[in-house]
Amino acid sequence: MALLAPLNLIDSLLLKFFSEQTVNYVIWPFIQIGAVVTITALWVAYATYLERKISAFIQARLGPMRVGPWGLLQPIADGLKLLVKEDFIPENADRWVFFVAPYIAVVAAFIVMAVVPFGPDWAVITDVNIGVLFVLAVSSVGVLALILAGWSSNSKYALLGALRSSAQMVSYEVSMGLAIIGALMFARTLSLSGIVASQQSDSIWFFVYQPIGFIIFLISGIAENNRAPFDLAEAESELVAGFHTEYSGFRWSLFFMAEYAAMVVVTAVATTLYLGGWYFPFVYRFTEAKGFHNAYVVVSLIVFLAKAGLLLYLYFWLRWTLPRFRYDQLMDLGWKWLLPASLINIVVTAIAVVVLQGLNESGIHTIDSIAGGLNLTPSGKVIAILFGFGNLLLSAVILSLINWRSRDFNLKKQRRQIRLVDLPKGRAAVKPVSEEPELSKV
Amino acid sequence: MHQVEIATTQQTVLDSPVMTLNMGPQHPSTHGVLRVILKLDGETVIDLDCDIGYLHRGMEKIAENRTYTMIAPYWDRLDYIAAVSNGLVWVETVEQMMGLDVPRRAHYIRTILTELNRIASHLLWLGTHALDIGAVTILLWAFREREEILKIFERQFGARLTCHAWRVGGMPNDSYDDFEQDVRRFIGNIAGRLDEYETVLSENRIWLSRTVGVGVISGADAIAIGLSGPALRGSGVAWDIRKARPYAAYADVDFDVPLGDNGDTYDRYLVRMEEMRQSRRIIQQAIDNLPDGPVNAKVPKLIKPPIGDYYHSIEGPKGEIGCYLVSDGTQQPWRMRVRPPCFMNLQALKKLCIGHLVADVVAIIGTLDIVLGEIDR
Repeated sequence: MALLAPLNLIDSLLLKFFSEQTVNYVIWPFIQIGAVVTITALWVAYATYLERKISAFIQARLGPMRVGPWGLLQPIADGLKLLVKEDFIPENADRWVFFVAPYIAVVAAFIVMAVVPFGPDWAVITDVNIGVLFVLAVSSVGVLALILAGWSSNSKYALLGALRSSAQMVSYEVSMGLAIIGALMFARTLSLSGIVASQQSDSIWFFVYQPIGFIIFLISGIAENNRAPFDLAEAESELVAGFHTEYSGFRWSLFFMAEYAAMVVVTAVATTLYLGGWYFPFVYRFTEAKGFHNAYVVVSLIVFLAKAGLLLYLYFWLRWTLPRFRYDQLMDLGWKWLLPASLINIVVTAIAVVVLQGLNESGIHTIDSIAGGLNLTPSGKVIAILFGFGNLLLSAVILSLINWRSRDFNLKKQRRQIRLVDLPKGRAAVKPVSEEPELSKV
Repeated sequence: MHQVEIATTQQTVLDSPVMTLNMGPQHPSTHGVLRVILKLDGETVIDLDCDIGYLHRGMEKIAENRTYTMIAPYWDRLDYIAAVSNGLVWVETVEQMMGLDVPRRAHYIRTILTELNRIASHLLWLGTHALDIGAVTILLWAFREREEILKIFERQFGARLTCHAWRVGGMPNDSYDDFEQDVRRFIGNIAGRLDEYETVLSENRIWLSRTVGVGVISGADAIAIGLSGPALRGSGVAWDIRKARPYAAYADVDFDVPLGDNGDTYDRYLVRMEEMRQSRRIIQQAIDNLPDGPVNAKVPKLIKPPIGDYYHSIEGPKGEIGCYLVSDGTQQPWRMRVRPPCFMNLQALKKLCIGHLVADVVAIIGTLDIVLGEIDR
């Protein structure tokens, strides 16, 4: 492909100066890392632009329109403005912790991108064989940044915000981690590239097998990112700005970038786990099979970004539509709904896998191979999908049983009508006026 | 230079220390410059104190040194969201002390514009209340409708917020040419728009869980505290001055008074939403029966009400707004006293909030629909 010819040119140029090992294992990875960090940073910047535009369209206004055509340069202008602002540290703050917290937030959010497979072949920076565990572990470090920021600011609003968000992130991480297990049972690997590959070889997206897992993962992801309707940590109507109340200038914008980068990470991981990552039907047949390797990678990359972008739109949509949860209700949702649901999901998925294996051994052909993930035959797929959707019903029943006594369970039944009464008219406070207007000629 | 309080009253591991949180006067959801001092156990409110007066201008005292004509604009600055209603209290009080015969057309136009103002005020309440609870979009939708009302005000009075709408004895001028057309267009739109807001909020699970059972007050308590307006009717007390002592043209129009049963935030929300629909009904009838004729009574050059005192009140958007006026027969009142609905309603805050979480405090401040300009005066 002509467009990607320069890559080969650079490669041959580098080989003239360095040994082949240096080029393959040092220089190219650095170029990849640079490219991914740049692209992620741009993605984050333009996610803020998109959010402002989408919120504007939801709210019957235009959004940024002044900087560049349709305000397209607005994120860059904002970044420049924040860069030149004063770096203000409150007098009573714990200076060093206050200083370090934003960096921890940004690094924790960006570093996850290292293991996300954006596409096949050269679109992966590194394929860690415990990729999923790496994602979970590193994204938990983000909580540390919030706690440190909230504590070091020495402000009550920041402290309350930090407490809220740490409690929230810790409790939603549990159901998030458990929700993934179902998908892993089908993929039989922890490597994110391996998970995509298993969906490709099985020609299916895992959200069909794992509808409950996908829903739980998305909800917990939104909650873990502290986004509306779970944005209690920075609920501006209650806690001013939560943990970053005392931050300003570029340090504040680092938190902002961390928030958006964390959103991008969650959508990317959700895409990888449940929406087939870069895999899309027919792409392989029309590109790679005909010998266009780089075109295959680029199209897959676009597919990946489109899927993640759709999920990102879901974030914006929810944020500008729904009111905010209260703290106790958030904990209710996490511990009484999502956690039981993810446990049920694990049990049902395990049963499904065992049933599929049992049927295969007893002569009904359900499993093609287990080499790269669990590859099912069409009949096996039907059984797995039936289990997935049966799981929806089962979870609904069990969750209702768990929660039917709670106050919030049947709120819709509590929705009431107000009475309309026609009160009798009292004595007029104002003198009744004569019909003839002649008295009051001016 | 305060430090965050560390455990002082902690007895056991499970026992959490009391934390004092100063909310306001610069806080996004205290609707102005209200300062609320919260005593928190974790996030539960165990005690609460309101500190008001940051916007005190001493307007009751100022009024003693102004002529009756000059006082009117001060009333606009009380509850600046409902300047038209406030202005009506003042002019009607003076008119009644002087026994002026205000023409019917003026009464009808006054009814239409005060009801428009009620809708504008309720829309602003809806937007900010929803914003406090986290639904940002409703605010901008509500402002879109409020803008149409403010445009009518702008064309009629020449001002959008502090209108100085009325004069003693009638109106500064007759309604503008397209007045009827503008009002008809507005009431044609508003019904569908209100349904739209209710679609987003009324059956929303999060909205329900944030408002149902939050800030409950019984009818007896509401009367004892002196609540008025939607806050009182949300607790099921059937009291509306438009019905009990009709002023302007309210005796001529049919409308219903919405009443809640539980007295919680959700009921007050429903009551206000329904009040907007009833306001629309009132405007529809008034604009259909709008009489012709002059809009001004014969008013003496010098306004000197006879010696004596008088109390008159109307049903403002926030509740009963009244004026107690003592005249010594000169051009200036001897004493003017405002009966402020928001001030009375704010008294309920402590009773409503204790035992709830911090998040509920902002919801309850929102549901009381306070305006600090009127509380501090």
